[in-house]
Amino acid sequence: MNITVAGVKKEVADGLTVAQLIIDEKVETPIYVTVSINDDFISNDSFETTVLKEGDSVEFLYFMGGGR
Amino acid sequence: MITLAKEDYEKILAHAEKELPNEACGLIAGEKNGNDKIIKKVYLLTNIDHSNEHFSLDPKEQLAAVKDMRANGIVPLGNWHSHPESPSRPSEEDKRLAYDSSASYMILSLMDREAPVLNSFKISGSDAEKEELVIG
Repeated sequence: MNITVAGVKKEVADGLTVAQLIIDEKVETPIYVTVSINDDFISNDSFETTVLKEGDSVEFLYFMGGGR
Repeated sequence: MITLAKEDYEKILAHAEKELPNEACGLIAGEKNGNDKIIKKVYLLTNIDHSNEHFSLDPKEQLAAVKDMRANGIVPLGNWHSHPESPSRPSEEDKRLAYDSSASYMILSLMDREAPVLNSFKISGSDAEKEELVIG
Protein backbone atom coordinates (compact mmCIF):
# COMPACT_ATOMS: atom_id res chain seq x y z
CA MET A 1 0.00 0.00 0.00
CA ASN A 2 1.04 3.62 -0.38
CA ILE A 3 1.37 6.08 2.47
CA THR A 4 3.06 9.44 2.96
CA VAL A 5 5.73 9.81 5.66
CA ALA A 6 6.94 13.30 6.50
CA GLY A 7 5.75 14.51 3.12
CA VAL A 8 7.36 11.67 1.14
CA LYS A 9 5.24 9.05 -0.63
CA LYS A 10 6.28 5.47 0.18
CA GLU A 11 5.16 1.97 -0.58
CA VAL A 12 4.96 -0.15 2.54
CA ALA A 13 3.66 -3.57 3.54
CA ASP A 14 -0.04 -3.97 4.23
CA GLY A 15 -0.78 -4.15 7.94
CA LEU A 16 2.18 -2.00 8.93
CA THR A 17 1.89 -0.64 12.46
CA VAL A 18 3.11 2.74 13.62
CA ALA A 19 5.61 0.98 15.91
CA GLN A 20 7.12 -0.89 12.96
CA LEU A 21 7.18 2.26 10.84
CA ILE A 22 9.15 4.01 13.60
CA ILE A 23 11.70 1.20 13.40
CA ASP A 24 11.75 1.13 9.60
CA GLU A 25 12.23 4.88 9.39
CA LYS A 26 15.05 4.71 11.98
CA VAL A 27 13.35 7.40 14.05
CA GLU A 28 15.81 8.60 16.65
CA THR A 29 14.82 8.90 20.32
CA PRO A 30 11.27 7.59 19.76
CA ILE A 31 10.48 8.29 23.40
CA TYR A 32 10.36 11.98 22.43
CA VAL A 33 8.26 11.44 19.31
CA THR A 34 4.62 12.29 18.81
CA VAL A 35 2.90 10.78 15.79
CA SER A 36 0.09 12.24 13.74
CA ILE A 37 -1.91 10.35 11.14
CA ASN A 38 -3.90 12.53 8.76
CA ASP A 39 -3.36 15.42 11.21
CA ASP A 40 -4.79 13.50 14.19
CA PHE A 41 -2.35 12.83 17.00
CA ILE A 42 -2.30 9.31 18.36
CA SER A 43 -1.38 8.21 21.84
CA ASN A 44 2.15 6.84 22.30
CA ASP A 45 0.51 3.85 24.00
CA SER A 46 -1.17 2.89 20.73
CA PHE A 47 1.90 2.76 18.45
CA GLU A 48 1.90 -1.06 18.62
CA THR A 49 -1.78 -1.43 17.85
CA THR A 50 -2.33 1.30 15.28
CA VAL A 51 -2.36 -0.21 11.80
CA LEU A 52 -1.78 2.16 8.91
CA LYS A 53 -4.14 2.29 5.93
CA GLU A 54 -3.75 3.07 2.25
CA GLY A 55 -3.34 6.80 1.73
CA ASP A 56 -2.46 7.67 5.33
CA SER A 57 -0.20 10.66 5.88
CA VAL A 58 2.13 10.20 8.85
CA GLU A 59 4.23 12.83 10.57
CA PHE A 60 6.80 12.38 13.34
CA LEU A 61 7.12 15.35 15.65
CA TYR A 62 9.86 15.59 18.24
CA PHE A 63 8.91 16.91 21.64
CA MET A 64 10.56 20.24 22.25
CA GLY A 65 10.65 21.73 25.67
CA GLY A 66 12.83 22.91 28.49
CA GLY A 67 12.93 25.08 31.51
CA ARG A 68 14.91 27.73 33.27
CA MET B 1 27.59 30.76 12.37
CA ILE B 2 23.85 31.37 12.41
CA THR B 3 22.24 34.45 10.90
CA LEU B 4 18.96 35.99 12.00
CA ALA B 5 17.31 38.96 10.29
CA LYS B 6 16.73 41.94 12.57
CA GLU B 7 12.99 41.92 11.88
CA ASP B 8 12.80 38.25 12.87
CA TYR B 9 14.72 39.02 16.07
CA GLU B 10 12.19 41.74 16.77
CA LYS B 11 9.31 39.31 16.20
CA ILE B 12 10.82 36.92 18.75
CA LEU B 13 11.42 39.73 21.23
CA ALA B 14 7.90 41.13 20.86
CA HIS B 15 6.33 37.70 21.31
CA ALA B 16 8.50 36.94 24.36
CA GLU B 17 7.59 40.28 25.94
CA LYS B 18 3.91 39.72 25.23
CA GLU B 19 4.02 36.32 26.92
CA LEU B 20 5.62 37.60 30.13
CA PRO B 21 5.71 36.51 32.90
CA ASN B 22 5.71 33.12 31.13
CA GLU B 23 8.35 31.62 28.91
CA ALA B 24 7.71 31.99 25.19
CA CYS B 25 8.88 29.59 22.52
CA GLY B 26 8.96 28.76 18.85
CA LEU B 27 10.85 27.29 15.95
CA ILE B 28 13.47 28.55 13.53
CA ALA B 29 13.83 27.38 9.94
CA GLY B 30 15.84 28.28 6.92
CA GLU B 31 18.83 27.11 4.94
CA LYS B 32 22.04 25.26 5.80
CA ASN B 33 25.25 25.96 3.96
CA GLY B 34 28.03 23.83 5.39
CA ASN B 35 28.36 24.86 9.02
CA ASP B 36 26.45 28.08 8.41
CA LYS B 37 22.74 28.46 8.97
CA ILE B 38 20.54 31.24 7.68
CA ILE B 39 17.22 31.66 9.40
CA LYS B 40 14.56 32.49 6.84
CA LYS B 41 11.52 32.23 9.06
CA VAL B 42 10.77 32.25 12.77
CA TYR B 43 7.65 30.61 14.17
CA LEU B 44 5.97 31.96 17.29
CA LEU B 45 4.29 29.04 19.02
CA THR B 46 2.20 28.57 22.14
CA ASN B 47 3.92 27.43 25.31
CA ILE B 48 1.37 24.84 26.41
CA ASP B 49 2.95 24.77 29.89
CA HIS B 50 1.93 28.43 30.38
CA SER B 51 4.74 28.65 32.90
CA ASN B 52 7.56 31.03 33.76
CA GLU B 53 9.81 28.04 34.45
CA HIS B 54 9.05 25.55 31.64
CA PHE B 55 8.05 25.42 28.04
CA SER B 56 6.64 22.81 25.69
CA LEU B 57 5.73 23.55 22.09
CA ASP B 58 2.11 23.03 21.08
CA PRO B 59 2.26 19.87 18.90
CA LYS B 60 -0.57 21.04 16.61
CA GLU B 61 1.21 24.31 15.93
CA GLN B 62 4.48 22.43 15.54
CA LEU B 63 2.88 20.21 12.91
CA ALA B 64 1.53 23.24 11.05
CA ALA B 65 4.98 24.85 11.17
CA VAL B 66 6.68 21.73 9.79
CA LYS B 67 4.21 21.66 6.90
CA ASP B 68 4.78 25.36 6.26
CA MET B 69 8.56 24.80 6.17
CA ARG B 70 8.12 21.99 3.67
CA ALA B 71 5.83 24.13 1.51
CA ASN B 72 8.37 26.96 1.54
CA GLY B 73 11.40 24.79 0.81
CA ILE B 74 13.14 25.52 4.10
CA VAL B 75 14.39 23.12 6.74
CA PRO B 76 14.07 23.04 10.53
CA LEU B 77 17.13 24.60 12.17
CA GLY B 78 16.16 24.43 15.83
CA ASN B 79 14.05 26.24 18.33
CA TRP B 80 14.01 29.30 20.54
CA HIS B 81 12.61 30.09 23.95
CA SER B 82 12.78 32.87 26.47
CA HIS B 83 14.09 32.98 30.00
CA PRO B 84 12.04 35.67 31.72
CA GLU B 85 14.10 35.72 34.90
CA SER B 86 17.36 33.95 34.13
CA PRO B 87 20.40 34.38 31.87
CA SER B 88 20.69 33.39 28.22
CA ARG B 89 22.24 29.98 28.76
CA PRO B 90 20.79 26.46 28.69
CA SER B 91 19.45 25.21 31.99
CA GLU B 92 19.95 21.61 33.05
CA GLU B 93 16.43 20.85 31.85
CA ASP B 94 17.13 22.55 28.51
CA LYS B 95 20.16 20.29 28.08
CA ARG B 96 18.29 17.17 29.13
CA LEU B 97 15.58 17.79 26.53
CA ALA B 98 17.93 18.83 23.72
CA TYR B 99 18.16 15.55 21.83
CA ASP B 100 19.44 16.93 18.52
CA SER B 101 23.12 17.88 18.60
CA SER B 102 22.88 19.42 15.10
CA ALA B 103 20.09 21.83 16.08
CA SER B 104 20.48 25.41 17.21
CA TYR B 105 18.90 26.24 20.53
CA MET B 106 18.31 29.97 20.87
CA ILE B 107 17.62 31.47 24.28
CA LEU B 108 16.39 35.01 24.82
CA SER B 109 16.97 36.35 28.31
CA LEU B 110 14.61 39.06 29.52
CA MET B 111 16.20 39.12 32.95
CA ASP B 112 17.19 42.73 32.25
CA ARG B 113 14.06 44.03 30.54
CA GLU B 114 15.96 47.02 29.16
CA ALA B 115 18.74 44.89 27.69
CA PRO B 116 17.48 41.55 26.30
CA VAL B 117 20.18 39.01 25.41
CA LEU B 118 19.81 36.42 22.68
CA ASN B 119 22.34 33.62 22.30
CA SER B 120 22.36 30.46 20.22
CA PHE B 121 23.77 27.16 21.43
CA LYS B 122 24.66 23.73 20.18
CA ILE B 123 23.91 21.15 22.85
CA SER B 124 25.32 17.66 23.04
CA GLY B 125 24.55 15.74 26.20
CA SER B 126 25.53 17.93 29.12
CA ASP B 127 27.76 20.14 26.97
CA ALA B 128 26.48 23.42 25.57
CA GLU B 129 28.57 25.51 23.21
CA LYS B 130 27.63 29.01 22.16
CA GLU B 131 27.62 29.48 18.39
CA GLU B 132 28.31 32.72 16.59
CA LEU B 133 25.05 34.57 16.08
CA VAL B 134 24.71 37.44 13.61
CA ILE B 135 21.60 39.61 13.84
CA GLY B 136 21.07 41.94 10.93
